[in-house]
Amino acid sequence: MSPLSRREFVGAGIAAGAGLVIGFYLPHGDRSRKESFSPNAYLRIAPDNKITVVVARSEMGQGVRTALPMILAEELEADWKQIETEQAGASTLFGDQTTGGSASIRTTWDPMRKAGAIAREMLISAAALTWGVPRSGCTAENGRIKHAASNRSLSYGELASKAAALPIPSDAPLKQSKDYKIVGQRLARVDSLEKVKGDAVFGIDFRLPGMKCAVLFRCPTLGGQVSAFDDKESKKIPGVTYVGKVGDTAVAVVADTVWGAMEGRRTLNVTWDDGPNKDLNSAAISASLKQAASKKGVNLYSAGEPAKVSGRHITAEYSLPFMAHAAMEPGNCTAHYQGTNCELWAPTQVPQDCRDSVAAAIGLDPDQVKVNVTLMGGGFGRRLEHDYAVEAALVSKAINAPVKVLWTREDDMRWSTYRPASLHQLSATLDGSGFPAALTHRIIAPSISGQKGQPVPNGVDPDLPDEAGPVYGIPNYLIEYVQTETPVPLGWMRSVYALQAAFALESFMDELAVAAGKDPLKYRLQLLSKDQDLTYFTTTWHTARMRGVLQLAAEKSGWDKPLPAGRFRGVACFGCFQSYMAEVVEISMENDRPRVHRVVAVVDCGQVVNPSILEQQIQGGAVYGLCNALRARITIDKGRVVQGNFDDYEPLRMEETPTVEVYAVPSQEAPTGIGEPSVPPIAPAVCNAIYRATKKRIRALPILST
Amino acid sequence: MADITLRVNGSEKKVSVPPETPLLWVLRDTLELTGTKFGCGAGLCGACTVHVEGSPIRSCSTPVSQVAGKNVTTIEGLGANGLHPLQQAWIAEEVPQCGYCQTGQIMQAAALLAKTPNPSDEQITQGMNGNLCRCGTYERIRKAIHRAASNGGAR
Repeated sequence: MSPLSRREFVGAGIAAGAGLVIGFYLPHGDRSRKESFSPNAYLRIAPDNKITVVVARSEMGQGVRTALPMILAEELEADWKQIETEQAGASTLFGDQTTGGSASIRTTWDPMRKAGAIAREMLISAAALTWGVPRSGCTAENGRIKHAASNRSLSYGELASKAAALPIPSDAPLKQSKDYKIVGQRLARVDSLEKVKGDAVFGIDFRLPGMKCAVLFRCPTLGGQVSAFDDKESKKIPGVTYVGKVGDTAVAVVADTVWGAMEGRRTLNVTWDDGPNKDLNSAAISASLKQAASKKGVNLYSAGEPAKVSGRHITAEYSLPFMAHAAMEPGNCTAHYQGTNCELWAPTQVPQDCRDSVAAAIGLDPDQVKVNVTLMGGGFGRRLEHDYAVEAALVSKAINAPVKVLWTREDDMRWSTYRPASLHQLSATLDGSGFPAALTHRIIAPSISGQKGQPVPNGVDPDLPDEAGPVYGIPNYLIEYVQTETPVPLGWMRSVYALQAAFALESFMDELAVAAGKDPLKYRLQLLSKDQDLTYFTTTWHTARMRGVLQLAAEKSGWDKPLPAGRFRGVACFGCFQSYMAEVVEISMENDRPRVHRVVAVVDCGQVVNPSILEQQIQGGAVYGLCNALRARITIDKGRVVQGNFDDYEPLRMEETPTVEVYAVPSQEAPTGIGEPSVPPIAPAVCNAIYRATKKRIRALPILST
Repeated sequence: MADITLRVNGSEKKVSVPPETPLLWVLRDTLELTGTKFGCGAGLCGACTVHVEGSPIRSCSTPVSQVAGKNVTTIEGLGANGLHPLQQAWIAEEVPQCGYCQTGQIMQAAALLAKTPNPSDEQITQGMNGNLCRCGTYERIRKAIHRAASNGGAR
């Protein structure tokens, strides 16, 4: 299954409230495991009281190895200190294992809770049988089943073998949030120690005996191919053992060491067939977006009839460039092809797609490919692709030995898959009080899934339903999507289309507030003052919850309090991945550049599982979003990506990083996305603050365009 | 190829590698000390930071021949006798997200504290500005350095 169809599947699962019950299926092999209790694929309790929770999402920094077991442990009534975690590789037991779309918590919330609850009920039954007492007198608490009347108790380990022999109930009661002891607590992450000691094994750190290292020389022109190569000089480099084509577009240099492979590539002479895009440049891409803007789009959201509303008409156009994920750990994968099977150690967000794509590439069946998921030095969507895994498998097959394919920073920057460049046309008709009686947002952008040959149902890119919904209950409201084409490779980058949609919409809302002569935050609150449910594909957005985050942001930021001279505020709010987010920034201008001093970030993401991890995600997303706003831009010249390293594509540094204060609206609603929602509001909030400071409206990112 | 001797985390290591090989790859590939990370290969991100004679250097851009005979300390050596106060502070403040850059951050911070045992915010920014973190953990890094400083982190 492709990443796309997985994402759809996940979405459908949420919509139907079905959960991913597939993960419940218990393999017979595990059942027969001697005396240990494993009522489902997520959990094993050994007689020695070792409790292992299997994490079927990839850890890329977002804390799933801590947060997901917390959910299960809560229902299990486990002693958190006893819990050990295990990373699942590509499997058929857990449904879709794609880690993306801010979906790890929201898609595992039900299955993890049920997995814990079922085990808890079986342990209670096992204890009741052991003691010959009714179940009703037994309670689960802190890793033990207790019988208060006789003051007896047994540990889960002691009950494991008896519980393992019991039938598995189809369902079990779930706890009420008021009784939570683990969920909602600021528990320490399980992976901090290994990460500060340097013991953590990321993909790049994994080694096999006899393993070779490979780097690839890929065609620098988008869509070009290898014509010929001369490896005479490469083969003189100590340790270089093999040079050969990988597909039509790259040449691999294999050596005993990474440095040998890099040197081998440096001295490799390749003649390229530049292909059809050799004259492509960024100006032409912008022009083609402009041209496509006249095309009729498809409706993403429609209320009333904006075209029939009369009044004061305001329009504006916004644009955003391509951007690159630039995770700190460059792309890599280790593969060991052995004729009838292939094993991978992949830092991947899509273990199942790696398995299937590798199998297809090297002529094996998917069940002959084993994918182990390593820790990842960031993902941000880049590792939703499988290119690094396929390369590693192809090279391993070619040399018939285990190999690690490593991408350099320049490889990672120039052969990435990019956040789509996009154009946004906004128009509004204001009523007599200055509020929009009608609003139209046209999103003109290529489809990531479409480019990958995956379905774009009814002309709607399948990511847009999570990322470009209506924020305000405007009576005549149209959101339209015009799908364009581009030869630049596209990928899902943290918050995907939400960043673009929010920049355009929330900048425009600020323009409308200015036109109406009103305070931009109060203007938004007024538009949200009526409780409304806005149905957008499978999500229902509640104006009350958006109002809630905005009100809290106003309060915590001291919106109504005067600022010191030279400081200016900006605000933006947005909803994506089912969560509500508002951000207020405080800036000053230094040599015509904004310096962001403070961000007040307020989220409503339903039940918070771990407040410390939540804070990490919100702070990290704000920093990521600020880099996107200030200077993240990939440009194309002569068909090639211009930027290559952290000098011309520079992530945010400490000196530019604001204080990010994080607040979550208390909620017992089911948890929603948290990895991405803090990214989109930053750019418009900063641009809105810049307008306060300079009266200059920024309608194209990045802010620092020169 | 050249035979080069260096002292890594207190023990003598003899390696036979091309002399221009960056120290990073000798540490990672030859000595299998993978706590030191490859980020950019150009001295732009600090993920590969180690100490040579106590000073922080970018091992991705330092030929191994330049450190022949010298004392090299990596993250594996920093906490060899129990966790360094910075490592403890990093855990207490829950700094790491993906964690990839954090070993370089900690090595950079250790060098900062060795010189400036009680750094101001501005001194922390100056000292740490060359180390990139794509997860955006800077705020907690700052807190952790302050915490370590108050716990005698300059050891």
